[in-house]
Amino acid sequence: MKIKVIVTLKNGVLDPQGKAIQQTLNGMNFGNVEDVRQGKYFEIEVKEKDEKKAKSLVDDMCKKLLANLVIEDYKIV
Amino acid sequence: MRSSVIIFPGSNCDRDMDVALKKFGFKNQMVWHNDQSIPKSDLIVLPGGFSYGDYLRCGSIASKSKIIKSVIDFANSGGLVLGICNGFQILTETGLLNGILQQNKFLNFICCNVFVKVKDKQNKYFKDLKKDVLELHIAHNEGNYFCSDDELKSLEDNNQIAVTYCGKDGSENETTNPNGAIKNIAGIFNKNKNVLGMMPHPERMIDKYLSGEDGSLFFKNILDNFK
Repeated sequence: MKIKVIVTLKNGVLDPQGKAIQQTLNGMNFGNVEDVRQGKYFEIEVKEKDEKKAKSLVDDMCKKLLANLVIEDYKIV
Repeated sequence: MRSSVIIFPGSNCDRDMDVALKKFGFKNQMVWHNDQSIPKSDLIVLPGGFSYGDYLRCGSIASKSKIIKSVIDFANSGGLVLGICNGFQILTETGLLNGILQQNKFLNFICCNVFVKVKDKQNKYFKDLKKDVLELHIAHNEGNYFCSDDELKSLEDNNQIAVTYCGKDGSENETTNPNGAIKNIAGIFNKNKNVLGMMPHPERMIDKYLSGEDGSLFFKNILDNFK
């Protein structure tokens, strides 16, 4: 079963890459871009048929490795 | 004083550290990250570099390697653990030190000499150090120290801030902050002050003809405090 995870920076945490992307987009005449936050996307293939179990496993993975909860939030989608 | 330097795939300051430690009389051994145990040591060093290519987050993969359990046990039993640069990043990812090192504020790799102010001398690293401001070298892309407000307050309350970026005269402000780190933080301790992580490289300042000697002071001081 494939589980998808999105890791993003928490609100209020500085994202210099996002800022640089936003400024570049503005410079390319996408003037209405007000903010960009960059994140990470994972597709995790888990050998597990029960979706609930698979997601709970991935949740554990997020806490232990995929996200650093000091600055990041994660969402299992 | 016996020391061990842990080598991860992608470490690149391990041999410089070995040279520095031996120069001042440490009996140093190199330990591979896949080993289960660490030889008897008084100091463990996690060196600089780009362990595991900085994949996922700097230091995150190394913080799960086989040897780390022994490092954590050693730290929890009061042993001295020093993390330099990538070693500092690994220590934050293990949870031995608070916070995280984010990408530098202006997105540039910084490689230059800096001055750092020693903020606390009630510890085995800086006790009786004769200088308050050291000139050391930094080379990093992710040195922008960040932690929550609560963690910062606790670092300040317990005097866990070890060194901060400053000017030659010790002045700390935005112009002397190379990477955007909060409160100019360049290095911190754990609560017991046996674990020290810092971005500057003392092992690059051990020769007056090549660079400088403030790193020598740092290593000699650790030895003096051990005696």
